[in-house]
Amino acid sequence: MIANLSWIFFSTLLINNFTLAMFLGLCSFFGVTTKMDTGWRLGAANTFVLVMTAVAVWVLNTFVLAQAPYLRTIAFIVVIASLVQIVEMAIKKFLPVLFRELGIYLPLITTNCAILYLALTQTTRGYGLVEGIVYALGGGLGLTLALTLMASIRERLDVADVPAMAKKMGLVLIIASCMSMAFMGFAGMGSG
Amino acid sequence: MTTEALTTAEAAEPIVPGAPPPQPLWLDFWRGIADDNPVMIQMLGLCPAMAISNQLANGLGMGAATIFVLVCSSLLISLLRSVIPTEVRLATYILIIATFVTISDLVMQAYFPLLSKTLGPFVPLIVVNCIILGRAEAFAGKVKPMRAMADAFGMGIGFTLALCTISAFRELVGSGMLLGYSIFGPNYEPWVFMIMPPGGFLTMGLMFLVMGWWSERKKAKLAGVAA
Amino acid sequence: MSGHQHGAPAAPTPDAGSSTARLLFTLAFFGSLAGAVLAYTYQKTLTPIRKFAGEKVEIAVKEVLGSPARLDTLFLVGDTLSRSVPAGVDKLEAVKVFIGINDKGERTGVAVEEAAPGFANEVRLMVGFDPATRALTGFKVLAQSETPGLGDKIQKDSSFVARFVGKLVTPLKGDKNQTTDPSTVQTITGATITSKAVIKVINKAVDTWKPRLDAYAKEGGQ
Repeated sequence: MIANLSWIFFSTLLINNFTLAMFLGLCSFFGVTTKMDTGWRLGAANTFVLVMTAVAVWVLNTFVLAQAPYLRTIAFIVVIASLVQIVEMAIKKFLPVLFRELGIYLPLITTNCAILYLALTQTTRGYGLVEGIVYALGGGLGLTLALTLMASIRERLDVADVPAMAKKMGLVLIIASCMSMAFMGFAGMGSG
Repeated sequence: MTTEALTTAEAAEPIVPGAPPPQPLWLDFWRGIADDNPVMIQMLGLCPAMAISNQLANGLGMGAATIFVLVCSSLLISLLRSVIPTEVRLATYILIIATFVTISDLVMQAYFPLLSKTLGPFVPLIVVNCIILGRAEAFAGKVKPMRAMADAFGMGIGFTLALCTISAFRELVGSGMLLGYSIFGPNYEPWVFMIMPPGGFLTMGLMFLVMGWWSERKKAKLAGVAA
Repeated sequence: MSGHQHGAPAAPTPDAGSSTARLLFTLAFFGSLAGAVLAYTYQKTLTPIRKFAGEKVEIAVKEVLGSPARLDTLFLVGDTLSRSVPAGVDKLEAVKVFIGINDKGERTGVAVEEAAPGFANEVRLMVGFDPATRALTGFKVLAQSETPGLGDKIQKDSSFVARFVGKLVTPLKGDKNQTTDPSTVQTITGATITSKAVIKVINKAVDTWKPRLDAYAKEGGQ
């Protein structure tokens, strides 16, 4: 059980990193990773929503969707959208300090494909509640890791002399490619 | 469509705030393929553009599914634009889009099972492809069905073309094949890296570099002419 | 004013926008319409989808068992085998073992599905073996995402698969060099971890399923 959970966690965190190996949540990965602070904060917000989604999806799959698997995609997207809204309102009310730091990133999360991907894969792999939460934590922390690393590189890039043709996206994508290559080095650590 | 026909058509339509300015139908169509290409220019839908683009067949399948969803949802949203209350329009759009996505997912599973297996969760993930909701919100919800369809076809084909370019390049270099047929012969040592995840980022990066180089050159030429 | 763009006459005042009832009605209407359309599509596509899933498993089973004359299926209920599908579980999704029977009515081998972590992700195999002798009759990769050109040889290189046939799982071991040992298989150069994952899956399959099959045989089933 523990071995299985740690495999789920580490393989999602490093080997099959949501951003660098599965290409999920690229909009925010390229869009908002210009500052370290925003990078890890967005990652934290995503992790939070991912874990909430894992719980919600487990409830849906166990009690509601068993009879109507064709409603999965619709049910998941509706639940994710409302979850993000609820989380936003809850944080605003109870943790106003955190809200000031995370606030603007929360609505962005609804359209982050990592969340819906988690909901769908959790279902097809038949994960239970605990496995789902561990999977979400691995995915979320992996996302945070990638966002933070990218943001720290781009902070340095601000002061570098970059050729004009690479200024917009070219260089950032090449960097992402190098990061993805580095993360491939983690492959194989789960078995042995 | 002549300018005169356009003005009368527009006069019949109540003026919608934020509606796109009237223009000939073919421009609505062409914009998505070239000037406003969703992947290359607007940088939307990057996730599928890299995630499933290691084979040309995947690019074609994904493109077809996206065109289907984009065209159907745009048409329906445009037809229903005066029925859907503004306050719940986004929720309704998502419902409509998710319905068409599930239909295409089920049909793919039933009749193209192998393709559906390689694309995996990326077919249902079309729901969160920003291109589709973006077109619904910016265009289809504000114009007549014909224009919405032209726009949807343009954007869909633009997306598919970008996807096919990337995936054809990756498959050719990464495995020496196209659509599963060997192109470079058995002596070609495939550059396997290109069909793995870092190759996706690299291909996309190279494309943006080429485009950056092109636009810089154009700028320099214009500056030369001005001087 | 800005809230309402399309000038629906039903709105009571322009400032209030649409009434809550109308909003709820719109959402409920589109929701149920979507549900109905999808239920219909699902019913229409269910048969081909299930047919393909069933065929895929059958092809794999026949391949690892060397095309037996007929197949028997036992389902796992709790920790014992049974002829009937456990209550409330779909036949395709139930955990099961396929028993290959030749034209003389003898058991030639059994096939089970098993998985373990590989180099990049889970490696899922259909494993065929003879529970009496613990000899492998073959395996087929059902799902893998190992390195193209190296690890994916477990699926694409038929000579690798052939190395396993007849080997004794007592348990199975891997070695870099060519070997004649009855329970050692030569691993793929450059894909040792993936090869070992395959061996791990096979050992796991035999270790979990042999006791179950023995217990079932003791109780007089087959």
